Amino acid sequence: MKFSAGLPNTQVVSASTASPARTKTRRGRSAGTLPVYRGAFGEAQAERLLWRAGFGPKPGQARRLARLGMRGAVLSLTRPRSQVLVGPAPHNEKGEPLAPYDVSGNDVLWWLDRMVRSRAQLIERMTLTWHDWFATSNEGVNSQRLMIAQNRTQRSLCLGDFPKMLAAMTVDPAMLLWLSGAGSTKEAPNENYAREMQELFTLGAGNGYTERDVREHARALTGFTFTWNPDTGQEERFRYDASLHDDRVKVIYGHRGRWAWRDSLRLVLEHPDHPGHFVTKLWSYFSPEPLSRPDQRAAEALYVGSGKQIRPVVEAMLMHPAFHAGPRMVKPPIVQIAGMLRGIGRYIDTEQWVWASSTAGQTPFYPPNVAGWEPERWLNTGTWQARFNLSALMIDEKRSLWAGKKHAKVSPDAAELTRKAIAFWGSPTLSRQTLATLRSYARAAGTDAAKESWEHEQFPLLALGGLRALVPATPDYLTC
Amino acid sequence: MARPCACQDFNRAELLRRGAARAGRGLPAIEPGMPTPAGTGLSRRSFLLSSAGLALSVYGAGRLLDPARFEEGIARAAEANPLPILVTVYLQGGIDGMSVLYPAGDPLYAQYRPVLGLSPEAGPVFSEDTRLHWHPKAAPLAQLHGEGKVCAMPAIGYTDPDQSHFTSRHYWEVGATEADLLSGWLGRYLDLAGTAENPLQGLCLDDSLQPSLATTKVPVAALESPSAYSFWSKDVWGPPQEVMYEYFDALGRLGIGSPQAEVQRAGSAALMSSTLRRQLLPFQSEQEPVLPTGYPKSTGDFPARMAAIPQLLSAGLPLHCVSLSTDSVFDTHESQAAPLESNLEEVSQTLLAFQRDLEARGLADRVLTLVWSEFGRRAQENASAGTDHGAAGCGFLIGTRVAGRMVGEWPGLQSGLDELGNLRATADFRGLYCALLEQWLGQEAAPIIPGAAGFARPMLLR
Repeated sequence: MKFSAGLPNTQVVSASTASPARTKTRRGRSAGTLPVYRGAFGEAQAERLLWRAGFGPKPGQARRLARLGMRGAVLSLTRPRSQVLVGPAPHNEKGEPLAPYDVSGNDVLWWLDRMVRSRAQLIERMTLTWHDWFATSNEGVNSQRLMIAQNRTQRSLCLGDFPKMLAAMTVDPAMLLWLSGAGSTKEAPNENYAREMQELFTLGAGNGYTERDVREHARALTGFTFTWNPDTGQEERFRYDASLHDDRVKVIYGHRGRWAWRDSLRLVLEHPDHPGHFVTKLWSYFSPEPLSRPDQRAAEALYVGSGKQIRPVVEAMLMHPAFHAGPRMVKPPIVQIAGMLRGIGRYIDTEQWVWASSTAGQTPFYPPNVAGWEPERWLNTGTWQARFNLSALMIDEKRSLWAGKKHAKVSPDAAELTRKAIAFWGSPTLSRQTLATLRSYARAAGTDAAKESWEHEQFPLLALGGLRALVPATPDYLTC
Repeated sequence: MARPCACQDFNRAELLRRGAARAGRGLPAIEPGMPTPAGTGLSRRSFLLSSAGLALSVYGAGRLLDPARFEEGIARAAEANPLPILVTVYLQGGIDGMSVLYPAGDPLYAQYRPVLGLSPEAGPVFSEDTRLHWHPKAAPLAQLHGEGKVCAMPAIGYTDPDQSHFTSRHYWEVGATEADLLSGWLGRYLDLAGTAENPLQGLCLDDSLQPSLATTKVPVAALESPSAYSFWSKDVWGPPQEVMYEYFDALGRLGIGSPQAEVQRAGSAALMSSTLRRQLLPFQSEQEPVLPTGYPKSTGDFPARMAAIPQLLSAGLPLHCVSLSTDSVFDTHESQAAPLESNLEEVSQTLLAFQRDLEARGLADRVLTLVWSEFGRRAQENASAGTDHGAAGCGFLIGTRVAGRMVGEWPGLQSGLDELGNLRATADFRGLYCALLEQWLGQEAAPIIPGAAGFARPMLLR
């Protein structure tokens, strides 16, 4: 095991020499290429990559990934050779297999299991990104089957092209229910989807469109419908019915035509403000600080030049110096839960992660609203408490320090206790200051607090228990 | 089948994500049309008012946040002459005013609301304009109105209405149709008339800051729930566990010492949690809090939060401006009738119980309650038996001191709709704010509400 002296904060050689290609932006100025990180790529950097582009390392995984070098490591994530799930199949406390369509909460576990077991970590992470981007909640959809269908669509398109993703989300049954796209007819167009499509999915609030554009898009998007099945109480046969579509002339961003839904998507994707929104929003998932203006422009040019492909932009972002050397980010709660499970080699064997994710502030399939989760609210007194309490849930009977023993005993050496506790979580890299704090706790609780002789014997072990609870609550562990 | 709102509060999220990295240093410039919520970037400190056993989050400008002064400042304010109290209740999501006071007597009503329309017999008639009826679930408001304790505003809004939840709500919160104002209208009032020592002068009864109360100078507070706040751990108990709790502060200091914003946030969450844990230790009780009579049972805690106000006042705490939101969301794009009914019922019953509670405690003459929402909804219902975002909506001012007369009027569906089919405002919320400031809070509106001179002030008090 190795502890680095500091967290990833390595020197950067700004190098826009990576590629000679220069593309024109919409402003007509020439856009440069994105710089590529040239600093050291060790275990700590690989660890950040695995947390931000996946769900954290399994023990030893960061060290192995670091050997590939930065570029090789990124490409291994963006172009995974295998999407298999490794490890035992998920089940509940009783050992029964999950019923993700039918049992409440099993949908969440079904996905959490993929986050924990998938070899293609970035595929799952991007699926989570798209779930947040096109945030749809089962609170409104009321069908785990439709939510999982949407999830599969997002997974299959997660690194493909954005226009396809937008089209797939527009006609996705869960989305059609969530944002009232189904049942929006020529007689009564519903503006819900048209508004959010521009405000949240493609352009940004009030960015280059008017209320009139909202209404005209809404008219162009009319025609989707479904049939209500009174027996199952579910909506089914989602379809496009031309007789419900408003086929009269609309004017969108000044363009006149008998626009239908595909035109609506084309027009919004061709809107000059779309690439900017796409890049800003995508980058915000990978870094806490915005790109510099030239880099923002270069990323927009890369996006447009690639034919609005997602993968090249993601690859460039994962290789960007600010990704590797920039400030740390708070881990999303569900990422931390999956990552803790990966770190201790535990798989889905209980349903408790459903409410645990909810108290920690992020239950997949249940974003708070169509704008997705608010990272700003991820850490407060309530969610910090919930995250702290995760460790007690992670440590099941067989991982208890007392497992199978009547009298367990450990050495009172503070450094040794600290090392053991960190190793339990898969040896995350912690800063020197954090290590010093943990060791100081180990001394205070394991040695100084002991008065009686039995306490001198017992307290080191109890201190190890305390250390195992403290490690995941350190600022180092909560961020990546 | 009722579907909850799909678009409440949306853009706040994205905005805050980008603002996150710079918290405390002001926010970056934002996209046009997407204002920064008032109060973003204010510092926050947890503070236990030990004399009253309340855990507070205190917000204010960093330098001036000095918890050491609060206990004494609050005690001093409590001894001074009692101030008038303004409570603002925000109905989230844009309530359909045309259902709360529904125009059954308007010849076009049935045409605009073929599915959602209510019959004239369904709800009590509104005595000031018999074209209007109270929604049956708003009967508690009708009762208060009958007692002369409600100024109803059947079409309140502003010119050039914005139909984004975020933007329109922001306008109401900052008291102007200005995207870049960062302080709330009550916050600016407190900056002018408040003190640096009494955070209870602006109290949010939610766990976070209400933007209307965002100040730039003086402190304001949010009341945190003192419910169960326990920490679990395995394999550690006794003194090593106590020491572990003590180390929460050390974890916090590790984060606070970092130059990186998100690491700081992780640290400050630890520090605040640690402080709160200690503060709440004496209050860890097994019993559920009991609501005073009259407040409805609820799955949320809006009735309980409203009920806290008379309790805090009875305890002698120096409240002045109090803001809270309903738990209910009124963004009824689909199948509006059922959720509107149950939500309106809970809110109306709570408002009546609150008023009765104040009256029973002899506090009623000190308190005025403003009920508002960011907009009303489209006159024409949509095909999903719901309504889309509109313009003017309804609002209410409640209290024993109000004039009890309508503010603005019902504009009628024949000529009262704009070119988009939304209700035109017959009263401007900025005029209402000016009147509240001048007539209730005794403060000239000009330095607080931009363009105050241009707005007509309704007569609010008897």
